[in-house]
Parts: sequence; structure tokens; C-alpha cells
Amino acid sequence: MLKKAANGRKRLARAAQPVESISEGTGSAQRGKTPAQRFFQHVQDLRRWSSLLRPGDWLVVVLGLLGIALSLPLIWQGGGAEKAVIRLDGRPYAEYPLDRPRRVTVPGPLGPTVIEIAPGRARVASDPSPRQYCVRQGWLTRAPAIAICAPNHVSLALVGRKSSHDSLSY
Amino acid sequence: MIRSVIELPVDERDVRIARYGAAAIMLSVAEAAIPSPLPGIKPGLANIVVLIVLLRHGWSDAIWVSLLRVVGGSLLTGQFLAPGFFLALIGAIGSLGALALVCRLPDRWFGPVAYSILAALTHVAAQLLLARLWLVPHDGLWLLAPLFAASALGFGLLNGLIVARLTLEHR
Repeated sequence: MLKKAANGRKRLARAAQPVESISEGTGSAQRGKTPAQRFFQHVQDLRRWSSLLRPGDWLVVVLGLLGIALSLPLIWQGGGAEKAVIRLDGRPYAEYPLDRPRRVTVPGPLGPTVIEIAPGRARVASDPSPRQYCVRQGWLTRAPAIAICAPNHVSLALVGRKSSHDSLSY
Repeated sequence: MIRSVIELPVDERDVRIARYGAAAIMLSVAEAAIPSPLPGIKPGLANIVVLIVLLRHGWSDAIWVSLLRVVGGSLLTGQFLAPGFFLALIGAIGSLGALALVCRLPDRWFGPVAYSILAALTHVAAQLLLARLWLVPHDGLWLLAPLFAASALGFGLLNGLIVARLTLEHR
């Protein structure tokens, strides 16, 4: 403990003013100074604050930032969509894993619905329904997503590893 | 005045812990008034006190102050034995466990800032785990993990800098 504090003292001694005046330095001592001097004061303050960080502290900060940056795409995009389930007239018509690109044509009562599957996503590429809702929905990427072409009795749903609930209420 | 039959001798350590505990409780009550975008994202100012106690007086005192803070703070905010209390408790236990490990790192390389950040990160990790197991049994909860981790990193850094300055100035 003593050694640690002495170490910090030594590093802080490099700064022109004593440690006690970090906050006072920006406040009262600032009046009557040119902008350049004030800027220099801020830089000095920052340097004094950063002198409180030891090498391991920097390491922890950087690793923490890195971990958060890496976890963002992992958690927010890698939602467990495993396969695409196509239904016709409410009955399962076909199931495909989302591993490689393929196009599937489903014969509905109005005409063919074309479903396009790509690695990690799937969409209704074309459909004879009048308002094109399921086509305009675009690519589905996450597990419980579903595109329904009601007029043509076709639906495309993404399913995760395990079928989860639609909703939870308490 | 009738003298009490039960004599509870108070030593220096009791007084010290009570003082630090009072400061920590005060900070956590003051902090409860700060609005937050998401429950669970808050500065954690009371951890400044816990860290200072750890650095000055050792681990067992820090445990006392931290747990006193959880119980006292929740009593004052009306959260005692509510879900929030258990979340605070598991967070405090988690960060105390992390501090016990982090204390063994070499002093030359790791200072209060590293302690504070690692304690804050384990704090939110323990809380998320308990929330997932008990309060919100749904995997969607993990989507919040990066947010909580980022706030823990930011506030942990800030609190650590405050602790570093306070311990350097008033040894």
C-alpha cells in the first residue's frame, strides 16, 4: 500500500502543480488567461488524470472496450436462425437449413411463390399476391420472424435451435 | 437512566466500518434519485467507498461496508427483500469475489482503476445471471449485456479514477 502510493507520488511530481489542485486548477485559477493557456491547462489536467492509471489499468480498459465491441455483432446479429420452414395451406411444405443459397418454388392457388434462401437469411423473392406484403418484408434474419403471403396460402418462417415462445407475460 | 444490562463493547474497527457504511449508504440513496434510461445503469458511487475501504483497511472491512450498504440502502429506498434488493446483493457479492481475486494482481501494474472496472463488470454480470435465472427467464435478456457492460466500463473507470485520486491524496 505504502509502496503503491509512493509510486503514484513520484509520477505525479512531474506535473507542475501539486495533485490537490486538479479541480481547482480548471476553476478559479483559470480567470484572466488566454484561450491558449486555458487549453494548455486542460491538457495538463488530462495528463494528470491519466497519470493515475497504471499499465494494467490501461490493459483492462482496452480489453473491456474490445470485448464489448466484439460482443455487439455476436449478440445482436447472430440470433439463432437455423432453418427456414415453408408452409402451404397451413401444412409444412418444405424445410431447408440456412447454409447455402437456393431458390424454391411453391405452387400456391394463385400461382408460384418463389422463396430465396441464403446463408443466415431467407426471403420471399416473388409472389402473385396483389399487395406484395410478404415480398416487401425483405430478408428475414432472426429466429421467430415470419413472412405470410396470405392470398397464396404460403408462409415462410425462420426457426431457431429450439422453438421458443411467441411472447411472455407476467 | 437505567444502565443497559447488555454490554456491547464497540472497538475502533466497528466505528470505522459504521462511518464508511454510512457514507456508502448515503451515496447509494442519493444515487437512487438520479433518473436512468434503463434500470441497472447507474454510476455505482457507493463502490468508491467500498474500494477505498479495501485499499486502506483490507478485504474483511470492505465486505462489511458493501453488505451494510446493500441492506441499509435498500431499507431506506423501500426495496428491502424486493427483487431489486436481491439483484443488488448478488451484484455486491459478485464484485467482492472479483476484488478478492484482483487484489492478488501485482500492485505495480494494477491500480484502483482496474479494481473498479473489474468489480463493476462482475457486478453487472452477476446481476444479469440472476435476472436470467429468476426474474426474466428469456434469452432476449442477453441483448442488454453489451449495454450493461459498456456502462459498467465507463462508470468503473470514472469511479476508479476518483478512488485513485482520493487514496493518493489522503493516505
